[in-house]
Parts: sequence; structure tokens; C-alpha cells
Amino acid sequence: MAAALTVDKLYKRYGEIEAVRGASFTINTGECFGILGPNGAGKSTTLQICLAQSKQDSGTIDLLGYTMPEQVLAARQKVGVVPQQDNLDPDFNCIENLTVYAHYFGLQLSAAKINELLEFSGLSTRAHARITTLSGGMQRRLTLARALVNDPEFIFLDEPTTGLDPQARHLIWERLRRLQDTNKTLLLTTHFMEEAERLCNRVAIMDNGQIIAIGTPATLVTECIEKEVVEIYGADIENWLASRQSLYDRYEQFGQLAYCYSNDAIALVQALQAEGRNFTHRPANLEDVFLRLTGRDLRE
Amino acid sequence: MNPLYKPPLISRRMLRLTFRNYKVWRKLTLPSISMNVLEPLVFLFGFGLGVGALIGDIEGTDYLQYIAAGMVGYGAMQSASFEALYSAFTRMHVQRTWQGILNTPMTLDDVLLGEWVWAGMKGAMAGVAMLLVVVVLGLAESWLALPFIMLVIILTALAFSAIGLAVNALANSYDFFSYYFTLFITPMMMLSGAFFPIAVLPAPLQIVSAFLPLTHSVELVRPFMTGGDIALSQMALSVVVLLIYTTAGLYLSTILTRRRLLK
Ligand SMILES: Nc1ncnc2c1ncn2[C@@H]1O[C@H](COP(=O)(O)OP(=O)(O)O)[C@@H](O)[C@H]1O
Ligand SMILES: [Mg+2]
Repeated sequence: MAAALTVDKLYKRYGEIEAVRGASFTINTGECFGILGPNGAGKSTTLQICLAQSKQDSGTIDLLGYTMPEQVLAARQKVGVVPQQDNLDPDFNCIENLTVYAHYFGLQLSAAKINELLEFSGLSTRAHARITTLSGGMQRRLTLARALVNDPEFIFLDEPTTGLDPQARHLIWERLRRLQDTNKTLLLTTHFMEEAERLCNRVAIMDNGQIIAIGTPATLVTECIEKEVVEIYGADIENWLASRQSLYDRYEQFGQLAYCYSNDAIALVQALQAEGRNFTHRPANLEDVFLRLTGRDLRE
Repeated sequence: MNPLYKPPLISRRMLRLTFRNYKVWRKLTLPSISMNVLEPLVFLFGFGLGVGALIGDIEGTDYLQYIAAGMVGYGAMQSASFEALYSAFTRMHVQRTWQGILNTPMTLDDVLLGEWVWAGMKGAMAGVAMLLVVVVLGLAESWLALPFIMLVIILTALAFSAIGLAVNALANSYDFFSYYFTLFITPMMMLSGAFFPIAVLPAPLQIVSAFLPLTHSVELVRPFMTGGDIALSQMALSVVVLLIYTTAGLYLSTILTRRRLLK
């Protein structure tokens, strides 16, 4: 399968801050690829450099066969972008936002295409509504539709569902699946595990400007972490666990909550049940991998 | 050469942005033009009739007609400046419209040049609207001079559009622009010969005046409106000064905007 985007040894520094430190990855045509990382990991910076919104200090980028940033105009003709912050044009209504945006590509939208995009964004009945009267979810969907005016081969989505309520989020997910069905290549950044697990064929986990793991959500879970997790709650949990080290492979403590990781937790579960302790037993998931690799420290 | 300092690359793509601004403006054409003409009109009648009644003629011209020449250039300057400052800043910084456009096959140069053309057009429309008022009031001597006055209006508007965009690139909030108006635009109005002859100014201020773009705009418009004389060399000088302001402003705004937005 041909590569739609190849990023090789990307570096970018803003003054003292090293935003991206040697990121490399390849996205295949038709794939939905996720970059998963905490705030400040360097996700948006990576996307911006891929789009030549920002210039790398070193490293190469090949987007749809174009070298970035040198061949940016040719590449952008085939690319759609949903930015992290909505920047719909508040001086225009929904339809005008689509037609005016198409004009920046030198394109004129047919009435059929406009209707198709409005339907896609679920805004057919709000075609002439001002942007400021739309809800956050509607604006996000319109931004997504706007990214499709040029019928792009490749779509960049920077945290497409951050700040949306669950209903709005599920609607966006459904639309993104429709796009996958039409064989578009998607690169999305997110810090929602569920989003990455549901949508992405492969994910890269990014932290501190580096990509620390790449794979399908399932392989990351099998390769990067034990099979099972037992979450135990209690004030004396540290002592309790210290005297029972044979029952688990390792644990992480977070206040009065302990996460025990094990490939076979049955003995631990039995011991907990025998004492009537408060616990949850579940298979490990992508979030566990994420927290294992990026740590539990708060990022602000 | 550092790409930051390259002169802007001119492409027809810039007109896509000009057209976007035009589409927004079209929704509010009449109120917009009326507002742009109102301010110079207030000056025209306030000073023209008030002060005019006291002093009668100035340099052999009726005072109302004397300042009418200045108000045409003033209208163009004011409207182009407002568009290049407040409106462009809104699109660049507040609404993030430029950022959206920069995800399409448009360069920052395209965006900036598109804004320049647009603010120039708005300034020119205000100047021409003002000129129409002047003509209707019978203050223009000859119809034949009107096309030439229009060219000066366009040049004036493009110069202030370019200067305004350079200032815009440095602004961090709307407040910044009040400095520009208070420290540059308003004193320039007084020193440009729009309201009274430059000759009455103290010598040092006369020198300052000679370097101000509005001075040269007024210098060019007045003889064509009142039927006075202007030496060809003076005409050439004034056109060149306005062209220098346009070119330098445009180059400066390109560099400053690149430095601000391309990281
Ligand atoms: N324009 C900028 N100027 C200075 N620092 C920046 C800029 N953009 C991003 N950064 C810094 O680079 C790091 C990575 O940011 P970003 O790529 O936005 O992360 P993410 O999208 O993963 O949250 C952060 O520390 C951020 O503060
Ligand atoms: Mg981000």
C-alpha cells in the first residue's frame, strides 16, 4: 500500500521549548491514523508542520507525494483540515462558509455539492443560519464539511471532538466513519482513548515531543501492557499489596487507589473477595497503555 | 536571502480574499458608505461654513472649496486605514479567518495582498463617494479633472492601506490603533494642508509636512478641483512620494506579518 504521509525525524523548537523531538511515522493511503497524547505533547505542532503552517527545524515530510513545505500549494489542493480551534467565518452563514471556502481553492461548488455537504454536516435546515447561532457540535460538523469542499484525499483533524458533549461526539464519529468508507486517509489527534480505539486503524502515542509507540490499538494493548487490571481502593492499600507481591506483576498507586497489572489476576481477585475489599477487575485497555507510557502526572 | 525578507509574491489568488471581503461588505453597502462619507462631510460643513464665514477666501479660493479638496483625500485615508487596521486585525487575530484561509492553497502573501487591495478599494470608494458629494455641491471646477482626482484617491487609499497593514502586524489589541490615529493620522490631517496652507506653519513643521503622504494627496487633488496651477515637477514628486509610501508600507507589512504568523 502506498504511503499518504511520511514524516521522518521531525524536530521543532520554539525558543526554549522543544515541541517535537525526532518524530517519525508513516500513514498508508486509506488509513485512519491517530496521534494520541496528553496536552503539550506536540500533536498540533506536528500537524502544523505537515501542513506547512509552521516550518520544521529539521526532518522531512512527504504528503501525497509532495515535499513539505516546498510544495505546499499543490499539496493543500488535495488536503482538508479541521483545526483544533474552529475558525468558521462569522461574517457568513453556513452555505456561504462552504462556497467562500471553496473559492480559496479556486473552486465553484455546484448546488448538488452544497446540498451534499449540508446534509453531511446535518445542517440542511440551517443553511442560512449565522455561524454564531450554531451550537458547538454544529460548528464542528460544519468545519468538517468545510474541510471537504475540495474533495480531499487526505484529512487532518486536530482534536475533532474535544469540548463536545457525548451526543455531538458520536455524531462526529459516525461522519468520520463515513469518510473512512470513501477511502479517504485520515490523521486525527486526540486524547480520548475511546475515540482512538473506535476509529483508528493505527495509533501513535506521543509524549514530550516524541513518539513512544505505534501500532493498532489491539497490538498496543497486547504488547505494551499486562492482560488484566485490578483497581483496588482503600486507605491501607500500599501495605496490603506490599505483603502480597506474588499476586500481581506490578502496581501503580494514585492516592488511595492502586492499579495492579497482571497477566493472570485470578489469585489476586480471590484474595480480595475473601477479605470483602472494594475492587474492579477488567481487561487492560488502551488507556492503561497510554497511562503506562506517558505517566500519571497532570499536564497543564 | 532569508525568505522572511523576500518581497511579496504577487498572484491572482490574492483576489480570492478581496472577493471574500467584498461579499461581506455587499451586505451592508449603504450604511458602510454613508458612515465613511459622514465624517469628512462633518468637517467639510463644520469648518467650511463656520470658519469659511469668518475668513472668506483663502489663496483666492472659497474656503469651502479649499477644504473640499482636503476632505476627499481625508475620506480615502480614513476609510482605508480603518479597514487595514480594525477590520484586518479582526480577521487576522480575533476571528482567526486568516488561519482558516491558510489551510487552503493560499499563501500569507496572497492574504496580505488581498487585504491591501481590499482596504485600498474601500478607501477609494469613500474618497470617490466624497468626491461625488463635492461635485453635487458644485465645488469642483471641471468635470475633465475628475478622472485624475480619482486616480489620486486610489493612490492615496492604497498608500494608507499598505501603511495600515504594517501597523496591524504589530498590534496586540485594538487599543494599539488609537495610538496610530492619535499620533499619526490626526496630526497629519492638521499638517497636510487640508484645512489651511502649509506656508502658515512654523518652518520645522513645514519640513515634517513635506514628508507626510496626505500632504501630497492634497497637493495633487486641490489644483484639479479648484482649477489652480501645479508644476509638473511638483506633480511628479507627489506621485512618487505616495508610491514610495505604498511600496515601503507593503514590503514592511509583508515582513512584519510573516514574522508574526509564520513560526
Ligand atoms: N507558537 C508557539 N510558540 C511557542 N510555543 C509553542 C507554540 N506552539 C506550541 N508551543 C509549545 O509546544 C509544545 C507542544 O504544543 P502542541 O503541539 O500544541 O501540543 P498538543 O497539541 O499535543 O497539545 C507545548 O509546550 C506548547 O506550549
Ligand atoms: Mg493541540
